[in-house]
Amino acid sequence: MFDFVSFIPRAVMQGMPLLYGSTGETLTEKSGNLNLGIPGTMYVGAISGVIGAFFYENAVPADVALNPAIAIAVTLLSSLLGSLLMGLIYSFLTVSLRANQNVTGLALTTFGVGLGDFFGGSLIKLTGSDMAYMSLNRTSNIFRTTLPFASSTGWFGKIFLSYGFLAYLGVVVALVAAYVLRHTRVGLHLRAVGENPNTADAAGINVNRYKYVATCVGSMIAGLGGLYYVMDYANGIWSNGAFGDRGWLSIALVIFTIWRPNIGVFASILFGGLYILHMYIPTGMNLAIKEIYKMAPYVVTIIVLVVTSMRSKRENQPPAHLGLSYFREER
Amino acid sequence: MEANVTRNLVPAVEMRNITKRFGSVLANNRVNLTIYRGEILALLGENGSGKTTLMNMLSGIYYPDEGEILINGKPAVISAAKDAFDLGIGMIHQHFKLVDVLTAAENIVLGMPGKLDMKASISRIEKICKDYGFEVNPIQKIYDMSVSQKQTVEIIKVLYRGADILILDEPTAVLTPQETDKLFAVLRNMRDDGKAIVIITHKMNEVEALSDRVAVLRQGQYAGDMPTSSTNAQEMTNMMVGHKVSLNIVRPDPINPKPRIEVNNLTVRSEDGILKLDHVTFTARSGEILGIAGISGSGQKELLESIAGLQKTEGGAIDYIENDGRHVSLIGQDPVKIADMGVTLSFVPEDRLGMGLVGNMDLTDNMMLRSFRRGAGVFTDRKTPRKVAQNVVAELDVKTPSLATPVRRLSGGNVQKVLVGREITSAPTVLLTAYAVRGLDINSSYTIYDLINHQKEHGVAVIYVGEDLDVLIELCDRILVLCGGQVSGLVDARHTDKREIGMMMTRIGGTDHE
Repeated sequence: MFDFVSFIPRAVMQGMPLLYGSTGETLTEKSGNLNLGIPGTMYVGAISGVIGAFFYENAVPADVALNPAIAIAVTLLSSLLGSLLMGLIYSFLTVSLRANQNVTGLALTTFGVGLGDFFGGSLIKLTGSDMAYMSLNRTSNIFRTTLPFASSTGWFGKIFLSYGFLAYLGVVVALVAAYVLRHTRVGLHLRAVGENPNTADAAGINVNRYKYVATCVGSMIAGLGGLYYVMDYANGIWSNGAFGDRGWLSIALVIFTIWRPNIGVFASILFGGLYILHMYIPTGMNLAIKEIYKMAPYVVTIIVLVVTSMRSKRENQPPAHLGLSYFREER
Repeated sequence: MEANVTRNLVPAVEMRNITKRFGSVLANNRVNLTIYRGEILALLGENGSGKTTLMNMLSGIYYPDEGEILINGKPAVISAAKDAFDLGIGMIHQHFKLVDVLTAAENIVLGMPGKLDMKASISRIEKICKDYGFEVNPIQKIYDMSVSQKQTVEIIKVLYRGADILILDEPTAVLTPQETDKLFAVLRNMRDDGKAIVIITHKMNEVEALSDRVAVLRQGQYAGDMPTSSTNAQEMTNMMVGHKVSLNIVRPDPINPKPRIEVNNLTVRSEDGILKLDHVTFTARSGEILGIAGISGSGQKELLESIAGLQKTEGGAIDYIENDGRHVSLIGQDPVKIADMGVTLSFVPEDRLGMGLVGNMDLTDNMMLRSFRRGAGVFTDRKTPRKVAQNVVAELDVKTPSLATPVRRLSGGNVQKVLVGREITSAPTVLLTAYAVRGLDINSSYTIYDLINHQKEHGVAVIYVGEDLDVLIELCDRILVLCGGQVSGLVDARHTDKREIGMMMTRIGGTDHE
């Protein structure tokens, strides 16, 4: 019998980094910026949070309990700051200098991963450990504090209440993003900028400002996905490269959700489930079969791409000006 | 000389000594223009005479280098689109500024401040529609709309912002005669409502039918203005060009016409399975101009592309008849081979750069797109295309800094002269041309008609798809009318009138009297 009660919480925890990443990337893409630097940005968001948490933990003696409010504030703020910087670099290069978006994004991913590995390695060295990882157990425990009754309400608690606050925040952020895009003036203007910046400009919308803000806010949201991975999913354990290809999976998720963060809430859990499916299906000792199961999320994305292109409904297409820079005086 | 001194009108806009330069090009040179409330002003001028530039300075897209603008008697600074809105100026651009995936209502409220309340906005839009007699569905998506519906949305957009000074840049270029009439009724309504209206157009009959006053620009300078009632097309054209021009299209009788292209029961379906051409049958003869009339999208494009070998056909036959009477089937032929037989196609799409020219290449290179296969070995021949380019520039008076200028830098009308000129001068045996004068000023249009006639006299079979019925009737020998992909009539242009063709355009089963 397939064990849903233990499978679903694992799928949710696996899906949360993807949800943050895809919500952030959706906002960015709605402004016409195709930010392929998201994997790097999530990595930087993770390591920045780790740096903040590291110094706070080191400042408090081991036998004194951490102040939960300060621990969360320091970690969150340093994570947000790190990913904000990544967003600013991307916006400056592509919006102000009108550099090629694909090249800039790929460069930022390489840069972000390198930066994360550098600081990760340095911190591990500072701990004096000869292991390839370090543990921020005390901060992680605060992040993983679950809602009350989680353990006393049986399967219901396990499936719905057993997560740290970042998981619920991720859902709220996705729903708020969906609402803003759909029902507010800011959302309407943002969509106009991504579809047709010329028109938006003629209507008196500040195109560059929208692109900057959407990209930076999007980067910060995506960075939280990296933070969730370290602090919640990985129990505060940082080791270089463990984040894996979750960043790319987030970008695939944007396409899968046809640019709708509210669909992302379910789709990310589905992706998370597909990602760990191989652990729940008996495959024996054959590692090759396991690898085939690991391809599932990407195969699903390709199928969705094919289906949405075939139906060619205009609302389901990427923003029309995605990936192109805007220059008013171009004819 | 102000023509309206006696008519006691209130000026809405006064432009004084406006000068605008683009690099070394002087687009507007000390222009003085007054726009009155309760009046429709037609702004005339050749392509590139600076009409759009002048109006763009009112709508906040450009900023004048010199001179001042007074709105309602007060000096105004218009440095952004928002300033123009605030002053009540709204411009409807030639290329619509609409977001395709949004609804009409969303496009209309785009860029306005405040909380987004679609319900309240939609009821305000509906009120505007009722006041002026617009028909538009506020929750319809733009990509589902026809060109005329999109234009209506653009007009509502400026009215919604409270504009009482409206500028329309060639609003009728893409409308059918019926839609044009509707638009004019609305504009008259607005004029009677006390709004100031400026319309840029090249169609003289529209100027005469609609405007109260005409102002003329010539090479960036103000050439004068006069009440429409006291002038005529000839006088206005002379003023635009600066010297006397003849406004008669000559129609030489066909010399020894022989069948050249025979189309038999041609049927074409679009990729989505929609029937575009339904059993179309006709013959085009050498030394004759066959006009094709029809509401845009009735299958004109598919018909020409089928003959040129660019369109997949479903059924029927297209035969090219050689001088010695041999029939050669064109269906399934390589377009390159068809072009080598002397069948050329010039199709001017709504976005002129969309087809046939490469914006980033210069004039010579664009001419070479026709002939790059010629030349010795791997080298192409660059001399001939340069000569062609020189000819086109000289004959059609293309305004360009040099032959090495990328085409996208030229103004819209000039881009088109390059495209049409290339096809017409490539000495074909069959000339397929669609919307050759779309957006061209009257003087250039007549030059194009002359060129087409010239080809006709050389025995070329010309198929001319046009929008202006007056021109079709004057220029062509026979007119084939398409309606929804079917032939609804084939008439002798010498014995027909606009009314008859107009009826056939909207109804299948017109009469056939050749």
